[in-house]
Amino acid sequence: MDFALTLLVLVVVLAFTWRYLGSYMAAVFGGRVRWLSWIERPVYRMLATGPEREQSWKRYAGALVVFSAVSILATYVVLRLQGHLPLNPQHLGDVGPALSFNTAVSFVTNTDWQNYAGEATLSYLSQITLTVQQFVSPAVGIVAALVLVRGFARHQASAVGNFWVDLTRCLLYVLLPIAFLTGIVFVAQGAVQTLAGPATIHDALNGVTQTIARGPIGFMEAIKELGTNGGGFLNANGAAPFENPTGLTNFLSVWLVLSIPVALTYTFGAMVGSVRHGVALLAVMAILFGSLLALTAAAEHQNNPAVAAAGVRSTVGNTVGKEVRFGDTASALYTVASTGTSTGSVNSAIDSYTPLGGLGLLAGMMLGEVSPGGAGTGLYTLLLFAVMAVFLGGLMIGRTPEYLGKKIQATEVKLAGLGVLIMPITVLVLTAVAVSTAAGRAGPLNHGPHGFSEILYALTSQGNNNGSAFAGLSGNTPFYNVVGAIDMLLGRFAIMVPVLALGGVLARKEHVSQTLGTFRTDDSMFVGLTTAVTVIVGGLTFFPALALGPVLEQLSHGSFF
Amino acid sequence: MWTHLRRSIAMAVICFLVCGLLYAVAGTGAAQVLFASQANGSIGPNGSLLIGQNWTGRAWFHGRPDDMGPYAANRATHISGGDNPLVANGVPGASGATNLGPRSLALLRDTRSLVILWHRLGVANPTPDLVTTSGSGYDPDISPSDALVQVPMVAKATGIAPARLRALIARQTHGPQWGFLGSPYVDVLTLNEALAQLRGRSS
Repeated sequence: MDFALTLLVLVVVLAFTWRYLGSYMAAVFGGRVRWLSWIERPVYRMLATGPEREQSWKRYAGALVVFSAVSILATYVVLRLQGHLPLNPQHLGDVGPALSFNTAVSFVTNTDWQNYAGEATLSYLSQITLTVQQFVSPAVGIVAALVLVRGFARHQASAVGNFWVDLTRCLLYVLLPIAFLTGIVFVAQGAVQTLAGPATIHDALNGVTQTIARGPIGFMEAIKELGTNGGGFLNANGAAPFENPTGLTNFLSVWLVLSIPVALTYTFGAMVGSVRHGVALLAVMAILFGSLLALTAAAEHQNNPAVAAAGVRSTVGNTVGKEVRFGDTASALYTVASTGTSTGSVNSAIDSYTPLGGLGLLAGMMLGEVSPGGAGTGLYTLLLFAVMAVFLGGLMIGRTPEYLGKKIQATEVKLAGLGVLIMPITVLVLTAVAVSTAAGRAGPLNHGPHGFSEILYALTSQGNNNGSAFAGLSGNTPFYNVVGAIDMLLGRFAIMVPVLALGGVLARKEHVSQTLGTFRTDDSMFVGLTTAVTVIVGGLTFFPALALGPVLEQLSHGSFF
Repeated sequence: MWTHLRRSIAMAVICFLVCGLLYAVAGTGAAQVLFASQANGSIGPNGSLLIGQNWTGRAWFHGRPDDMGPYAANRATHISGGDNPLVANGVPGASGATNLGPRSLALLRDTRSLVILWHRLGVANPTPDLVTTSGSGYDPDISPSDALVQVPMVAKATGIAPARLRALIARQTHGPQWGFLGSPYVDVLTLNEALAQLRGRSS
């Protein structure tokens, strides 16, 4: 009953977010929101650029890639030198080269995969440097989606916008204000926010002396969720009470991770002049999200097989790795939202989820992160699937397919196909490499099919820039640090560049007007077709791998490994 | 290329100053002014309300087991996994989730050992929370039923009537937030602080 009410409130809150944050973002990126123009102008002056200086898609992509490379390098340098830099109350040493590289790539690509335990590895300055990327990386994802949207919205245009202007506006008007306000709520509920070091306390009742890690956690938590980042200050991530103290912050986290990906479908609809098209995409996202949530929530409401075998009955579901204040359903809601949005934060140990519960989380990523996907990345990935669906629809009715008045021809289909296929190829090839090498097989904690699932999960998560983990895997090895970084870079830029190219190609095309014979792309038929394309592509490519992992594990009744 | 590079470096510096330093400093300032107690860790006289502690013996309510939990002293039944370094419970390097899979033999063995340990403590039917580890490894809470099954153990050790202990648990139970968010829970530290008061009055 509580869960039904939670879902109902979530739907209502998200509906408002979709409508108002969506139209606000359309206004921001259209340059119609100006209340912070007194900050905007000096930034443009320093960069020697401005809204009137629009770029071609190639210059836009060039700026995006160079800026990301600089961000990786800057983050890497801070991690390598943290022992010699200020804001290090615990006097932690420098981070090693392989781990620094993996972590820098991880936060710049919006993945937030963490091969380290934050409170025992990183200084406050390093955490703050990663927080910078928690703002910048979702902004980069959003502006990449913006280019694709402008591709549909503009006609016979060579320019797709200005990267620096879009980035600045996204940070100033969207991410910073929302993160700051919600950061206050996190702290009010109990999330820690201090620059003082760890606290040591003696409990006279039981004689225990504790040393408690602290830090600037609460505000990092806000942008961690809003930016679909997922990398927490503490090792236990959203399960740690200092990050996610109450049922309210848990709900707030779920809302934050879903808000931008959901609202962007309205922004898209507003910018292309047809909100119905945005609703169609939102419907695809909602169908996939609802199905995955139903699967994982139902699975986690069952007892853990090992606990049941030990003779303990449970009416409160699988309690292994879950916090009492959340319980099974609020845990499942949080992790499904997190894996369906490329966030990857966890409020429970997902390695200990039941086989089908874990399958639901894996599936959210394997579908390409479109349920509803990361900030920006969710929208553009789903638009790639929509282009594929339009292409298939066109084949069925024997006409040149069109989407939003743009003819979808060979170049567009090739670019969309490239964007859709790079992720499965990267993930499956790297998983094959990991299971065929001793260094890869040394990773898993668990034996049997679950050990394979841990490897598959790690490479799926990084290849989709998600960042959640079946955390039994020992990822801080040279092999996993380097292979993971390659996985994250391909999952980010090998998809983003074709997306930008597609935006540029589409913007140059002329608009063809709709006729009676045009295949409709804003009705339930199209929603069904796009959903089917997404599920079939994901299902066909990943079913064999899933069969060896969670499916086999589910079918191994009575066996323990 | 060089234009991109020059702008990238300038933008990286601006972002570090605004999204990094300014955000962290302004956030910390606002937090310390508005919600100082929470911002510093919700720390009371005996510890943080948000960080679980070890409770040993039969005279206290126990929290959920973790790697450094009530059972760590017994090496034979030491709980597996939990190799994530974390400075909690005063011992670095031993907390976090176990990350054992649902068909893990180690998880099966650990759960059986925990059931036996609860039986030895005098808890006949330990609830699932009491034989499984949490996500953080230092869950500060237990569910009301987790507390109720420990009543006979605590009543026998302290001499306080079970009915008074059950009333104590009822007073310490927090319902779901706003009536529907999350699950009902009892904070083990405040429960034991209240128990200590009760014991002080009884003796």
